[in-house]
Amino acid sequence: MRGLIGKKIGMTSVFDEIGRSIPVTVVEVPAAVITQIKTEEKDGYNAIQVSSFERKEKNISKAVNGHLAKAGTSGKAIVKEFRDYAPEGLVEGDELTIEDVFSVGDIVDVAGTSKGRGFAGVIKRHNFSGVGDATHGQHNRLRAPGSIGGASDPSRVFKGMKMAGQYGNERVKVKNLSIAKILPESSLVLVTGSIPGPKGSYVELLNKSAEA
Amino acid sequence: MDKLKLVEQTLVTDDIPDFTAGDTVNVHYRVREGEKERIQQYEGVVISERGSGPNKTFTVRKMSGSVGVERIFPLNSPFIAQIDVKRRGKVRRSKLFYLRELRGKAARIQERETQNPKK
Repeated sequence: MRGLIGKKIGMTSVFDEIGRSIPVTVVEVPAAVITQIKTEEKDGYNAIQVSSFERKEKNISKAVNGHLAKAGTSGKAIVKEFRDYAPEGLVEGDELTIEDVFSVGDIVDVAGTSKGRGFAGVIKRHNFSGVGDATHGQHNRLRAPGSIGGASDPSRVFKGMKMAGQYGNERVKVKNLSIAKILPESSLVLVTGSIPGPKGSYVELLNKSAEA
Repeated sequence: MDKLKLVEQTLVTDDIPDFTAGDTVNVHYRVREGEKERIQQYEGVVISERGSGPNKTFTVRKMSGSVGVERIFPLNSPFIAQIDVKRRGKVRRSKLFYLRELRGKAARIQERETQNPKK
Protein backbone atom coordinates (compact mmCIF):
# COMPACT_ATOMS: atom_id res chain seq x y z
CA MET A 1 0.00 0.00 0.00
CA ARG A 2 1.17 3.49 -0.79
CA GLY A 3 2.37 5.41 2.19
CA LEU A 4 4.79 7.88 3.71
CA ILE A 5 6.26 8.73 7.09
CA GLY A 6 4.86 11.74 8.94
CA LYS A 7 5.21 13.63 12.18
CA LYS A 8 2.23 14.75 14.22
CA ILE A 9 2.18 18.52 14.65
CA GLY A 10 -1.17 19.27 16.30
CA MET A 11 -4.86 19.77 15.71
CA THR A 12 -7.02 22.56 14.35
CA SER A 13 -10.19 22.79 12.30
CA VAL A 14 -11.21 23.59 8.72
CA PHE A 15 -14.49 24.40 7.02
CA ASP A 16 -15.55 21.94 4.33
CA GLU A 17 -17.31 22.81 1.07
CA ILE A 18 -20.74 22.86 2.71
CA GLY A 19 -19.58 25.00 5.60
CA ARG A 20 -19.24 22.43 8.36
CA SER A 21 -16.34 22.80 10.75
CA ILE A 22 -14.21 19.65 10.56
CA PRO A 23 -11.53 18.79 13.15
CA VAL A 24 -8.20 18.00 11.49
CA THR A 25 -4.74 16.87 12.52
CA VAL A 26 -1.74 18.58 10.97
CA VAL A 27 0.96 16.10 9.92
CA GLU A 28 4.37 17.04 8.60
CA VAL A 29 5.38 14.82 5.69
CA PRO A 30 8.77 15.77 4.25
CA ALA A 31 10.03 14.22 1.03
CA ALA A 32 11.20 10.67 1.71
CA VAL A 33 14.23 9.04 0.15
CA ILE A 34 13.80 5.55 -1.27
CA THR A 35 16.45 3.45 0.44
CA GLN A 36 15.57 0.03 -0.88
CA ILE A 37 13.17 -1.55 -3.35
CA LYS A 38 12.29 -5.09 -2.36
CA THR A 39 11.13 -7.53 -4.99
CA GLU A 40 9.39 -10.89 -5.03
CA GLU A 41 12.40 -12.66 -6.55
CA LYS A 42 15.03 -11.24 -4.26
CA ASP A 43 13.25 -10.68 -0.97
CA GLY A 44 10.15 -12.86 -1.20
CA TYR A 45 7.74 -9.91 -1.27
CA ASN A 46 7.33 -6.56 -2.95
CA ALA A 47 7.86 -3.44 -0.89
CA ILE A 48 9.43 -0.06 -0.91
CA GLN A 49 11.59 1.15 1.92
CA VAL A 50 11.79 4.88 2.58
CA SER A 51 13.46 7.10 5.12
CA SER A 52 12.89 10.66 6.19
CA PHE A 53 13.41 13.24 8.96
CA GLU A 54 16.91 14.58 9.46
CA ARG A 55 18.98 13.38 12.37
CA LYS A 56 22.65 13.98 13.17
CA GLU A 57 24.79 11.22 11.75
CA LYS A 58 26.51 10.61 15.08
CA ASN A 59 23.13 9.73 16.58
CA ILE A 60 22.40 6.99 14.06
CA SER A 61 23.91 3.53 14.28
CA LYS A 62 26.65 2.78 11.78
CA ALA A 63 24.65 -0.12 10.41
CA VAL A 64 21.73 2.13 9.50
CA ASN A 65 24.02 4.83 8.18
CA GLY A 66 25.76 2.33 5.96
CA HIS A 67 22.42 1.20 4.62
CA LEU A 68 21.41 4.81 3.94
CA ALA A 69 24.74 5.50 2.25
CA LYS A 70 23.99 2.75 -0.27
CA ALA A 71 21.02 4.79 -1.44
CA GLY A 72 23.17 7.90 -1.57
CA THR A 73 21.74 9.62 1.48
CA SER A 74 22.61 10.06 5.15
CA GLY A 75 21.37 11.37 8.47
CA LYS A 76 17.82 10.09 8.43
CA ALA A 77 15.89 9.32 11.59
CA ILE A 78 13.17 6.95 10.50
CA VAL A 79 13.22 4.03 8.08
CA LYS A 80 9.95 2.33 7.19
CA GLU A 81 8.65 -0.14 4.65
CA PHE A 82 5.46 -0.02 2.62
CA ARG A 83 4.37 -3.34 1.18
CA ASP A 84 3.15 -3.95 -2.35
CA TYR A 85 3.89 -0.46 -3.52
CA ALA A 86 6.09 -0.24 -6.56
CA PRO A 87 6.19 3.21 -8.13
CA GLU A 88 7.33 2.82 -11.69
CA GLY A 89 10.57 4.23 -12.94
CA LEU A 90 11.90 5.03 -9.50
CA VAL A 91 15.23 3.75 -8.24
CA GLU A 92 16.94 3.75 -4.89
CA GLY A 93 17.96 7.27 -3.91
CA ASP A 94 14.95 8.96 -5.52
CA GLU A 95 12.62 11.12 -3.47
CA LEU A 96 8.90 10.71 -2.88
CA THR A 97 6.93 13.83 -1.96
CA ILE A 98 3.45 14.16 -0.45
CA GLU A 99 1.94 14.96 -3.79
CA ASP A 100 3.38 11.79 -5.34
CA VAL A 101 1.55 9.66 -2.82
CA PHE A 102 -1.53 11.59 -1.68
CA SER A 103 -4.14 13.88 -3.12
CA VAL A 104 -6.98 15.74 -1.45
CA GLY A 105 -9.94 13.50 -0.67
CA ASP A 106 -7.97 10.25 -0.47
CA ILE A 107 -8.95 7.79 2.24
CA VAL A 108 -6.02 7.07 4.55
CA ASP A 109 -5.16 4.92 7.53
CA VAL A 110 -2.78 6.40 10.09
CA ALA A 111 -0.67 4.18 12.33
CA GLY A 112 1.41 5.34 15.24
CA THR A 113 2.34 4.70 18.83
CA SER A 114 -0.38 5.80 21.23
CA LYS A 115 0.29 8.02 24.23
CA GLY A 116 1.71 5.95 27.08
CA ARG A 117 -0.43 6.05 30.22
CA GLY A 118 1.81 3.74 32.25
CA PHE A 119 0.20 1.34 34.71
CA ALA A 120 -3.38 2.54 34.47
CA GLY A 121 -6.37 1.60 36.59
CA VAL A 122 -9.45 -0.06 35.32
CA ILE A 123 -11.46 3.15 34.93
CA LYS A 124 -9.02 4.75 32.52
CA ARG A 125 -8.03 1.52 30.81
CA HIS A 126 -11.36 -0.28 30.34
CA ASN A 127 -13.90 2.47 30.96
CA PHE A 128 -15.21 0.89 34.16
CA SER A 129 -17.38 3.18 36.25
CA GLY A 130 -15.97 2.51 39.73
CA VAL A 131 -17.74 1.02 42.67
CA GLY A 132 -20.81 2.33 44.44
CA ASP A 133 -21.15 5.48 46.42
CA ALA A 134 -18.67 8.15 47.28
CA THR A 135 -20.54 8.87 50.48
CA HIS A 136 -22.78 7.02 53.01
CA GLY A 137 -19.75 5.85 54.97
CA GLN A 138 -18.10 4.13 52.03
CA HIS A 139 -14.46 4.89 51.38
CA ASN A 140 -11.44 3.66 49.44
CA ARG A 141 -13.58 2.05 46.69
CA LEU A 142 -14.22 4.94 44.32
CA ARG A 143 -12.06 3.68 41.45
CA ALA A 144 -12.00 -0.01 42.36
CA PRO A 145 -12.72 -2.74 39.77
CA GLY A 146 -15.36 -4.56 41.88
CA SER A 147 -15.82 -8.32 41.78
CA ILE A 148 -13.61 -10.34 39.43
CA GLY A 149 -15.58 -13.59 39.67
CA GLY A 150 -17.31 -16.18 41.86
CA ALA A 151 -15.59 -17.62 44.93
CA SER A 152 -16.75 -21.24 45.14
CA ASP A 153 -17.68 -21.60 41.50
CA PRO A 154 -15.63 -21.30 39.27
CA SER A 155 -13.11 -20.72 42.05
CA ARG A 156 -10.72 -19.08 39.66
CA VAL A 157 -10.38 -15.90 37.65
CA PHE A 158 -11.20 -16.23 33.97
CA LYS A 159 -8.46 -15.52 31.48
CA GLY A 160 -8.66 -12.14 29.87
CA MET A 161 -10.42 -10.54 32.87
CA LYS A 162 -10.18 -6.79 32.48
CA MET A 163 -7.84 -5.47 35.12
CA ALA A 164 -5.40 -2.65 35.71
CA GLY A 165 -2.11 -2.72 33.79
CA GLN A 166 0.01 -1.07 31.14
CA TYR A 167 -2.09 1.16 28.92
CA GLY A 168 -1.03 3.03 25.81
CA ASN A 169 2.43 3.14 24.21
CA GLU A 170 1.33 0.51 21.70
CA ARG A 171 0.85 0.55 17.97
CA VAL A 172 -2.58 1.85 17.02
CA LYS A 173 -4.02 2.27 13.57
CA VAL A 174 -6.87 4.68 12.93
CA LYS A 175 -8.72 3.72 9.78
CA ASN A 176 -10.63 5.57 7.08
CA LEU A 177 -9.58 9.14 7.68
CA SER A 178 -9.39 11.44 4.70
CA ILE A 179 -7.01 14.08 3.40
CA ALA A 180 -8.58 17.50 3.89
CA LYS A 181 -5.82 19.69 2.56
CA ILE A 182 -2.22 19.53 1.36
CA LEU A 183 0.30 22.36 1.73
CA PRO A 184 3.18 21.22 -0.49
CA GLU A 185 5.43 24.28 0.13
CA SER A 186 5.65 23.52 3.84
CA SER A 187 5.27 19.69 3.48
CA LEU A 188 2.17 19.60 5.62
CA VAL A 189 -0.95 17.44 5.30
CA LEU A 190 -4.27 17.95 7.08
CA VAL A 191 -5.98 14.68 7.96
CA THR A 192 -9.57 14.65 9.23
CA GLY A 193 -10.03 13.51 12.81
CA SER A 194 -7.50 12.55 15.43
CA ILE A 195 -4.47 10.27 15.11
CA PRO A 196 -2.57 8.23 17.70
CA GLY A 197 0.33 9.54 19.74
CA PRO A 198 1.57 12.77 21.27
CA LYS A 199 2.59 15.81 19.24
CA GLY A 200 6.00 15.26 17.67
CA SER A 201 5.57 11.51 17.33
CA TYR A 202 6.16 9.70 14.07
CA VAL A 203 3.26 8.10 12.23
CA GLU A 204 2.71 6.10 9.05
CA LEU A 205 0.20 7.40 6.56
CA LEU A 206 -1.26 4.74 4.29
CA ASN A 207 -3.20 5.66 1.19
CA LYS A 208 -6.15 3.33 0.67
CA SER A 209 -7.61 5.15 -2.32
CA ALA A 210 -4.70 4.51 -4.61
CA GLU A 211 -4.65 1.27 -6.54
CA ALA A 212 -2.06 -1.22 -5.29
CA MET B 1 4.10 25.01 17.44
CA ASP B 2 4.98 27.44 14.69
CA LYS B 3 4.06 24.91 12.01
CA LEU B 4 0.55 24.74 13.40
CA LYS B 5 0.38 28.55 13.21
CA LEU B 6 1.52 28.34 9.61
CA VAL B 7 -1.42 26.11 8.78
CA GLU B 8 -3.89 28.21 10.69
CA GLN B 9 -2.81 31.30 8.79
CA THR B 10 -3.99 29.69 5.59
CA LEU B 11 -7.37 28.91 7.13
CA VAL B 12 -8.45 32.33 8.36
CA THR B 13 -10.37 34.80 6.24
CA ASP B 14 -8.45 38.05 6.05
CA ASP B 15 -11.14 40.54 5.00
CA ILE B 16 -12.85 40.59 8.38
CA PRO B 17 -13.29 44.06 9.87
CA ASP B 18 -11.91 44.64 13.32
CA PHE B 19 -14.54 44.66 16.04
CA THR B 20 -14.71 43.75 19.68
CA ALA B 21 -17.15 43.24 22.54
CA GLY B 22 -19.53 46.18 22.88
CA ASP B 23 -19.61 46.96 19.18
CA THR B 24 -22.83 46.77 17.21
CA VAL B 25 -22.43 44.70 14.06
CA ASN B 26 -24.59 43.61 11.16
CA VAL B 27 -23.76 40.07 10.04
CA HIS B 28 -24.74 39.06 6.51
CA TYR B 29 -25.23 35.32 6.78
CA ARG B 30 -25.78 32.99 3.83
CA VAL B 31 -28.79 30.77 4.33
CA ARG B 32 -29.50 27.77 2.14
CA GLU B 33 -33.13 27.03 1.47
CA GLY B 34 -33.26 23.91 -0.66
CA GLU B 35 -31.32 24.86 -3.77
CA LYS B 36 -31.60 28.60 -3.33
CA GLU B 37 -29.23 30.68 -1.31
CA ARG B 38 -30.10 34.01 0.21
CA ILE B 39 -28.53 36.44 2.63
CA GLN B 40 -29.96 36.94 6.07
CA GLN B 41 -29.02 39.97 8.10
CA TYR B 42 -28.57 39.78 11.82
CA GLU B 43 -27.79 42.94 13.76
CA GLY B 44 -26.91 43.19 17.40
CA VAL B 45 -24.28 43.80 20.04
CA VAL B 46 -21.16 41.63 20.21
CA ILE B 47 -21.13 40.33 23.77
CA SER B 48 -18.27 37.85 23.57
CA GLU B 49 -15.36 36.62 21.49
CA ARG B 50 -13.61 33.34 22.13
CA GLY B 51 -10.99 31.08 20.54
CA SER B 52 -8.20 31.98 18.19
CA GLY B 53 -7.13 31.34 14.64
CA PRO B 54 -9.66 29.41 12.57
CA ASN B 55 -11.59 28.41 15.68
CA LYS B 56 -12.54 31.92 16.71
CA THR B 57 -16.22 32.62 17.31
CA PHE B 58 -18.23 35.63 18.44
CA THR B 59 -21.63 36.00 20.05
CA VAL B 60 -24.14 38.62 18.91
CA ARG B 61 -27.09 39.54 21.11
CA LYS B 62 -30.17 41.40 20.01
CA MET B 63 -33.63 42.01 21.38
CA SER B 64 -36.33 40.50 19.23
CA GLY B 65 -39.41 42.17 20.59
CA SER B 66 -39.11 41.53 24.31
CA VAL B 67 -37.09 38.34 23.90
CA GLY B 68 -33.32 38.35 23.89
CA VAL B 69 -31.71 36.37 21.05
CA GLU B 70 -28.07 35.34 20.98
CA ARG B 71 -26.29 33.81 18.02
CA ILE B 72 -22.78 32.41 17.95
CA PHE B 73 -20.96 32.79 14.64
CA PRO B 74 -17.67 31.12 13.68
CA LEU B 75 -15.62 34.10 12.54
CA ASN B 76 -14.12 32.26 9.57
CA SER B 77 -17.29 30.52 8.46
CA PRO B 78 -17.78 30.53 4.69
CA PHE B 79 -21.45 31.32 5.41
CA ILE B 80 -20.57 34.81 6.58
CA ALA B 81 -20.83 37.02 3.52
CA GLN B 82 -20.10 40.34 5.18
CA ILE B 83 -19.78 41.98 8.56
CA ASP B 84 -20.60 45.69 8.95
CA VAL B 85 -19.54 47.48 12.09
CA LYS B 86 -22.38 49.89 12.85
CA ARG B 87 -21.25 51.41 16.11
CA ARG B 88 -18.27 51.20 18.46
CA GLY B 89 -19.23 50.69 22.08
CA LYS B 90 -17.35 51.81 25.18
CA VAL B 91 -17.22 48.89 27.58
CA ARG B 92 -14.84 47.83 30.34
CA ARG B 93 -14.92 44.07 30.01
CA SER B 94 -14.48 41.52 27.26
CA LYS B 95 -17.57 39.44 28.02
CA LEU B 96 -20.79 41.41 28.33
CA PHE B 97 -22.97 38.69 29.84
CA TYR B 98 -24.36 41.22 32.32
CA LEU B 99 -26.46 42.59 29.46
CA ARG B 100 -28.67 39.53 29.78
CA GLU B 101 -29.97 40.84 33.08
CA LEU B 102 -30.67 44.31 31.77
CA ARG B 103 -33.58 45.65 29.72
CA GLY B 104 -34.34 48.84 27.84
CA LYS B 105 -32.49 51.98 28.90
CA ALA B 106 -30.22 50.10 31.28
CA ALA B 107 -28.95 47.86 28.47
CA ARG B 108 -27.59 50.74 26.44
CA ILE B 109 -23.87 50.98 25.71
CA GLN B 110 -22.08 54.30 25.51
CA GLU B 111 -20.48 55.05 22.16
CA ARG B 112 -16.72 55.00 21.97
CA GLU B 113 -14.97 57.96 20.38
CA THR B 114 -12.71 56.78 17.59
CA GLN B 115 -10.64 59.50 16.02
CA ASN B 116 -8.57 57.13 13.97
CA PRO B 117 -10.52 53.93 13.66
CA LYS B 118 -8.64 50.79 14.55
CA LYS B 119 -7.00 49.05 11.64
